[in-house]
Amino acid sequence: MAVNDLIDLNASPALGVPARARRVVILPLIIFVLFALVPLAGLWGSQGFVLSIVTRIMVLALAAMSLDLLIGYGAMISFGHAAFVGLGAYSVAILSSHGITDGFVHLGVALSVSFVFALITGAISLRTKGVYFIMITLAFGQMLYFLGTSLAAYGGDDGLTLASRSTLLGSKLLKNDVVLYYVVFGFLLGAYLLLRGIVASRFGRVLRGIRENPVRMEAIGFAPYRYQLTAYVIAGMIAAVAGCLLANQTEFVSPAYASWQRSGDLIFAIVLGGLGSLHGAIIGAAAFSLLADILSHYTEHWALLFGPILILVVLFARGGIGGLLGSKS
Amino acid sequence: MSIAPLQLKNLRKSYGALVVTDDVSLNIEAGELHAIIGPNGAGKTTLIHQISGLAKSDSGRIIFDGDDVSKLPMNARAKLGLVRSFQITSILPRFSALENVALAVQARSGSSFSFFGNAAAEPELNDIAMALLARFGLASRADVPAGQMSHGEKRQLEIAIALAAKPKLLLLDEPLAGTSHDESQRLINTLQELRRELPIVLIEHDMDAVFALADRVSVLVYGRIIASGTPQSIRDNPDVRAAYLGEEAL
Amino acid sequence: MTLTLALVQILNGLQFGLILFLIAAGLTLVFGVMDFINLAHGVQYMVGAYFVAAFTAMTGSFLYGLALALPAALGFGLLLEVLIFRHLYDRSHLDQVLATFGVIIFLNQAVKFVWGAAPLNVPIPDALSGTIEIADGMLYPVYRLVIIAVGLGVGLALYLVVNKTKLGMLVRAGASNAAMVSALGVNIRLLFTIVFGVGAMLAGFAGAMVAPILSVEPGMGDNVLILAFVVIVIGGIGSIRGAFIAALLIGLVDTLGRFFAPTLLKLLLDPSTASQTGRAIAPMLIYILMAAVLFFRPSGLFPSKH
Repeated sequence: MAVNDLIDLNASPALGVPARARRVVILPLIIFVLFALVPLAGLWGSQGFVLSIVTRIMVLALAAMSLDLLIGYGAMISFGHAAFVGLGAYSVAILSSHGITDGFVHLGVALSVSFVFALITGAISLRTKGVYFIMITLAFGQMLYFLGTSLAAYGGDDGLTLASRSTLLGSKLLKNDVVLYYVVFGFLLGAYLLLRGIVASRFGRVLRGIRENPVRMEAIGFAPYRYQLTAYVIAGMIAAVAGCLLANQTEFVSPAYASWQRSGDLIFAIVLGGLGSLHGAIIGAAAFSLLADILSHYTEHWALLFGPILILVVLFARGGIGGLLGSKS
Repeated sequence: MSIAPLQLKNLRKSYGALVVTDDVSLNIEAGELHAIIGPNGAGKTTLIHQISGLAKSDSGRIIFDGDDVSKLPMNARAKLGLVRSFQITSILPRFSALENVALAVQARSGSSFSFFGNAAAEPELNDIAMALLARFGLASRADVPAGQMSHGEKRQLEIAIALAAKPKLLLLDEPLAGTSHDESQRLINTLQELRRELPIVLIEHDMDAVFALADRVSVLVYGRIIASGTPQSIRDNPDVRAAYLGEEAL
Repeated sequence: MTLTLALVQILNGLQFGLILFLIAAGLTLVFGVMDFINLAHGVQYMVGAYFVAAFTAMTGSFLYGLALALPAALGFGLLLEVLIFRHLYDRSHLDQVLATFGVIIFLNQAVKFVWGAAPLNVPIPDALSGTIEIADGMLYPVYRLVIIAVGLGVGLALYLVVNKTKLGMLVRAGASNAAMVSALGVNIRLLFTIVFGVGAMLAGFAGAMVAPILSVEPGMGDNVLILAFVVIVIGGIGSIRGAFIAALLIGLVDTLGRFFAPTLLKLLLDPSTASQTGRAIAPMLIYILMAAVLFFRPSGLFPSKH
């Protein structure tokens, strides 16, 4: 179980579970080293193709990882997480269409907007529990989706093509796919380390405790609501960063980014990779993207295979890929 | 004469037409272990829920340490030192025994809105937690996931967690439930020590334990306190005998 | 003039609300009784519409088509129950959400595979294709009135079954405490299957009824599903009465909102901004309504669980 691994790792070193602890460090290390080396693969051929696929995987992984904080560590099953990706993407597109192309401004606006949206919708959603929470986050997500479709000035249903990628202090550095790749890589690594820290911190421990037994946590003096809302806002803001990067990668935004199907994809990715381990979200995002790419390569009706695979994963592969990798060593 | 640390004033609670707490007034005095007994379905656990804040009272007031806590949620009452244990063991199953206790220590030491640093490696939390585990004979089990401990160990852990939350008064809901003879003996010994440290409200079915531990006993029947007094006076009370008739001999 | 226009909008809202009710009724009972969150309930609506389209084309008559589509939708729902859903009842909500999401992905593609991606049209039956004058010079399609009448009829029937029969009593008891019903010796599996089948058929029926006035296309169940969620969340999960009131509320707010928001905003803004803002805000109204309801009543208007 990936979750137990992590918790054991967090136990003080004096308690000693070196073998398992090492495993939990090694797997993420391998993942990030591989990501760091991918652009070199371009030396032998079709760099653009591989780069764009892996960039997309890392963007998806970033969003999935933030959702893992909610579902895997906080037991908050949000079905509207793609809305934050949409907020980030539209921050870039709308500002750009008004001639504000600076990436730092894009990022700042995306973070602010997602902060406000997460705070408001989270404050309301977290008053409810269980399945109400699932449905209400789904509904808030759809609310943004429909807002997107009715923004006629910004393409409405059809979406909006960016004139160019974000500029960085006036330079068009991001035009270069390798630069964009490493920017995305940097954000993914940064978010991973940040979330890893959060999960092990006092705050993270309270969050995990609430996942295990909220009543017990209240009985020793913690108010779950405040911790869950904070986690919800953090996760939303990270997903918005993923949205900024997505807009830059595809140079296009559309309400579909925020649709509930995309939220479902994110959940699938983290379940596929193994809940509650952060790097599982990355593995899941990669597996999800590659699976979709490969299936769609063979048939336009790839969803006919994809749907059943999803069902089978839920029914039979508990713990996901991360769980399988973990139990081997 | 000091003020009683916990005062219940005319507490009421009903579920639909069913009255489960019927005008309960009670003072828990400083330093006493006050047992609440009663037949099954008398509303003992509901009363603990109301005192701890897990259940809302329909009316009445709860004064703790001079403050009216009637409207406060459970976590706020716990912060003030009104801490409870659960009848059905309530632990964090995937957390180690140490982390279960350390988390309760964390609740009362500094802010938990701290996003960096490894909480599991903070000596000021672990040292206190470890000392508590040792006190309950669980030191060697510190690293075991709480969900994998024996029932008796979990009952010990449950009380250790409650103590870690720095209670000024402890509400214990059937701490002996489901334990073996040896285990319950050990728990009774622990409670004997604890009662010298802080006032305790104890709900318990084991009458031997109740009469061995309690300074005062209140008898709850259909949500009403029908008698309150020393163990001896309760034993001799004809109403209590009538209420228990056919249940168990006192 | 505005008054009669408003009347038409109210009728449209009513009709939309009643369709939502047919879908939400099954969803809320299935969830209330089985604690099972079924995202694939929306595809049941889509499947109902496709069935009626196919059978109508086959038989040449909407009525025959409808008569065949209903048992087909029922059978299809039960098939899904046996094949997949049954294995999910004991699983976590997360597993249920994800697996039924997989069902949606599959079925949305499957209808494309079978019937193509292009929308299908189902003709309104001749006898019901006319309009009648509901107010001075205001014509309203007969078929939409039929939907309203049928919706009200089914609503009433459901109310009677749930509140006046033994089966209904079990369903209500199950919604507030499933363990207790099971302890009473009721065959809970059978009760589940009946509730599930009825729910699936009602959703399929809703899809079949709207097929002549909407285009039948892949994914048509998705948005409806989310609206149905909004309905049962507002109404209180497990409550038929709550679903009915919330469905009408949502139907009216959504329809009237789209119609009046731009008009009302014109009082404050210049016409083009007003119509743009109005059109942007209108689709969000029901979600704002939901947020407001849940803010004050986190378990909905008529919570059935205690």
